[in-house]
Amino acid sequence: MSKIVLSHIDKFYGDNHVLRDINLTIEDGDFMTLLGPSGCGKTTTLRVVSGLERPQNGTMTIDGEEMINADLAYYAEPSKRGLNLVFQSYALWPHMTVRGNIAFGLKIQKLPKDEVEKRVRDSLRMMRIEEYIDRYPNELSGGQQQRVAIARAVASNPKLLLLDEPLSNLDARLRVDMRSELQRIHRELGTTVIYVTHDQVEALTMSTKIALFKAGEISQVDTPMDLYMNPIDLEAADFIGNPRINFLEGTAHMDGAKLKVKCELAEYEFDKADMTDQEIPGGEFPVVVAIRPEQIHLTLDKSTDGIPVSVYANQPAGSETLVSLKGAGGSDFLAKEIGLAQYDIDQTVYAHIAPEKINVYDAKSTRLIKRTR
Amino acid sequence: MKSKRVHRPFNSTRLKNQFLNVVKNPFNMIVAISLVILFCLIVIPLLQMIATTFTVAKGELRRIRGAEVGDFTLYYWRYILTSGMANATLWGPLKNSLVVGFFTVLVSVPLGSVLGWLIVRSDIPGKKLLGMLVVIPYMVPSWCKALSWLAVFRNKTSGSLGFLAGLGVPIPDWLAYGPIAIVLCMSLHYYAFSYINVSSALRSINSELEEMGEICGANKIQILKSITLPLVLPSVLSSIVMTLSKSIGTYGVAANLGNRIGYFTLATKMKTFINGSPQAVGYAMSLVLIALAALIIFANQKIVGVRKSYATIGGKGGRSTEMKLGKAKVPLMVFLVVFLFFAMVAPMFVLVMETFQITTGNGYGLDNLTLYNWIGTVDEAQRYINYPGIFRNPEFTRAIWNTIRLTFIGSILTALCGQFLGYISTRGRGKWYGSATEQLVFIPYLMSGVAFSAMYVAMFNRPRLGGLIPSLYGTFGLIVLTSVVKHFPFASRSGTANMMQISTELEEAADINGANFWQRMGKIVLPLAKNGFISGFMLTFISIAKELDLIIIMMDKRTQTMSYLAFTYSQEGYNQMADAISVCVLLFILVCYIIANKFGADIGKAW
Repeated sequence: MSKIVLSHIDKFYGDNHVLRDINLTIEDGDFMTLLGPSGCGKTTTLRVVSGLERPQNGTMTIDGEEMINADLAYYAEPSKRGLNLVFQSYALWPHMTVRGNIAFGLKIQKLPKDEVEKRVRDSLRMMRIEEYIDRYPNELSGGQQQRVAIARAVASNPKLLLLDEPLSNLDARLRVDMRSELQRIHRELGTTVIYVTHDQVEALTMSTKIALFKAGEISQVDTPMDLYMNPIDLEAADFIGNPRINFLEGTAHMDGAKLKVKCELAEYEFDKADMTDQEIPGGEFPVVVAIRPEQIHLTLDKSTDGIPVSVYANQPAGSETLVSLKGAGGSDFLAKEIGLAQYDIDQTVYAHIAPEKINVYDAKSTRLIKRTR
Repeated sequence: MKSKRVHRPFNSTRLKNQFLNVVKNPFNMIVAISLVILFCLIVIPLLQMIATTFTVAKGELRRIRGAEVGDFTLYYWRYILTSGMANATLWGPLKNSLVVGFFTVLVSVPLGSVLGWLIVRSDIPGKKLLGMLVVIPYMVPSWCKALSWLAVFRNKTSGSLGFLAGLGVPIPDWLAYGPIAIVLCMSLHYYAFSYINVSSALRSINSELEEMGEICGANKIQILKSITLPLVLPSVLSSIVMTLSKSIGTYGVAANLGNRIGYFTLATKMKTFINGSPQAVGYAMSLVLIALAALIIFANQKIVGVRKSYATIGGKGGRSTEMKLGKAKVPLMVFLVVFLFFAMVAPMFVLVMETFQITTGNGYGLDNLTLYNWIGTVDEAQRYINYPGIFRNPEFTRAIWNTIRLTFIGSILTALCGQFLGYISTRGRGKWYGSATEQLVFIPYLMSGVAFSAMYVAMFNRPRLGGLIPSLYGTFGLIVLTSVVKHFPFASRSGTANMMQISTELEEAADINGANFWQRMGKIVLPLAKNGFISGFMLTFISIAKELDLIIIMMDKRTQTMSYLAFTYSQEGYNQMADAISVCVLLFILVCYIIANKFGADIGKAW
């Protein structure tokens, strides 16, 4: 129900430039995740959107309405922005019951009493914690407090819901539960969501879009699949994906309209259609070939395009098996197979890699030059 | 990289918005107003007082050749620093003050800290009762303690005998009066600072920290030494500072126990000058006292460094488990009981019994007992007495009303201001206005009560700021104002500690939910600060109720409080009636304390 446009946002703490020219458009109904390592500015961006921080430069609109205009020193009050925020620490008021916490904002809006009660009930029902309505926060477990915090945020029917690392204080199982819970809420409410996390699994599983942060800047905004399939540079490629993507050094040159890439494993030829707009250096230039572990298929017999490699280590883990491999030139790389697989150490196997599943990066600019399909 | 300040062309909308951003935010306005008020209430009077010490006053016209009233002079400073009088005026009393302060700290801080630890952290039985009893001695005004001390230890030097001398025990002068008596009386009073500071610090420490030490294999002593102690060290050090500066500046005890054998401290000597002449010498001495206190506090800050802040009221609470005392339990209990007996029961008993005595120090035989001091009329008097028993004395009724008025108005204002000031300094931490507030609020702390009120009398005895502030001399308002401002440091300290525990996210969450500044204060900050508010209120309440030093020079018949009335009676020689009023003061404080404690304990259970 709302579209947020951030443009040229700069934020300084003293001389510390924490947000550098942030430009981001969040479409109505998006589940936008701000992803990045800690200290990269994602929480600050969230706080700028919420109105708790005032940037020194830039503008922001929500549904076309101006919320920030640093040039005019105009900053709308947080409460006038039609949003709500779930804090990392939950920030539940310890002196109020669950009901009191959720009803607080509604009472301030001067909603009628029965409406307040109805909304409190509805939001609690939605989070499936109705029975805790009269408890104090310190009488609840971490996961329940989390649900109360979300219930409090959604009770005001925000057009925009902001979540600041809401799952980081939960244990692994609860985190999986809450991930599906959050997805469900997003769908049921249809609210635009901005979600801050450093956990790529959360980002990839829940988002409709991800903004990847790096040292106060946004390096890439894409759907989870695009981000995963075509990380914009080597750093992003390295950050996204677990197990990590394989990097192999190689060289490339343009041959007419085709890109010819040579690496230790094989030689490839790519169509213009698969290439990015990135400028290609003239002549032969160094590249990095990136291949996701799950895109490497291993066979025992040498069929047409199999590349002979030797098994270095084998890690079956039930649902998947990670196989460490060594190429003929001595390079290490990892393959991931679904299910249990058994290989002997030093056994020779044959790797099959579909060319359309390969990313190629310019080693010098570190930018993506060939996309996967 | 872009620079921070982007040059923007002039734009009236921006200017308007910038102005509105500052003005529309109540927080900014509160900060601005507070700073202005603090400046007027603290800095200007102080400067005024400093100026006085460099200005020729009427009384010294004859001593300073060729000077006019209002001329600049170094006469007063020469008088205390280099003249032939310097030793008797400044250096001797200074030495005495330091000795008394040092030994008071030496006795009271370990005492208070150990008590705090025992009651918060150990498995000593009867904690709730002990916790209440331990702060009771603090409620007994220190001048009352001095009177009880005299009642017990008085010897022939004072004319009438005390309790022990009456029993035939020879009491030497060095025990009855002077430094030992002063140190012991003050220690039994000021240990409460350490107790309150340390016990609240201990309460805020999650005992998991100690348990972790236990898991690492540390024994109890090691845990105390390397985990608990470092964590409470800042509060112990601040107790030392508080005790030291308080005991150096205390008037009542030192005057009662020192003056009659010619043992003067800086505070008592100073008072003789402020009441007499040359007054500016007294002011100069109080500046010395202030400098001394500033030095102590500066040293403290150097040692402790930047105070660490722990947000303890957050999403999750800490658990607290007790440490087993084992074999040490019985001796420690004995120690506590003995301590409480001597600090509380014995002096109280002597005090209460004196109110029924016809002649003090004459034993408790029936022939020496009377109810006259409480309910007698003048005709019933067995000796020549000017006043009826206190309950028939309209002066006393007025004093009760004045006391109630002053303590309630004063302590509510003080506690509220303290929370606000604490709020400003915590939310302004690292910003200029935060540290400015902290520094300003701290100044009254450096002044002893007598010096502070002298400064206020000098400041407000005529209209100031071109009539904006009328002359307040002799008004009840001035007494309230003095009491409030003098207690700012303490109140804002407790306010700061209190506000530090309220994480800013709790406020931000309310902000996002649409609460404006006042709603955030009223619904989030104040309710969460309630516990701290009540304990801050309680302590200032007690402190104002028993205050004598601070208001002694402002009182007259119309505005006098119970403390002052007791003081006047004891000056006039009506010891028993003075005691009777003291007992009323004590009861008043005790009742209020119990009520507050009930109330505080109740909401303490809320989370």
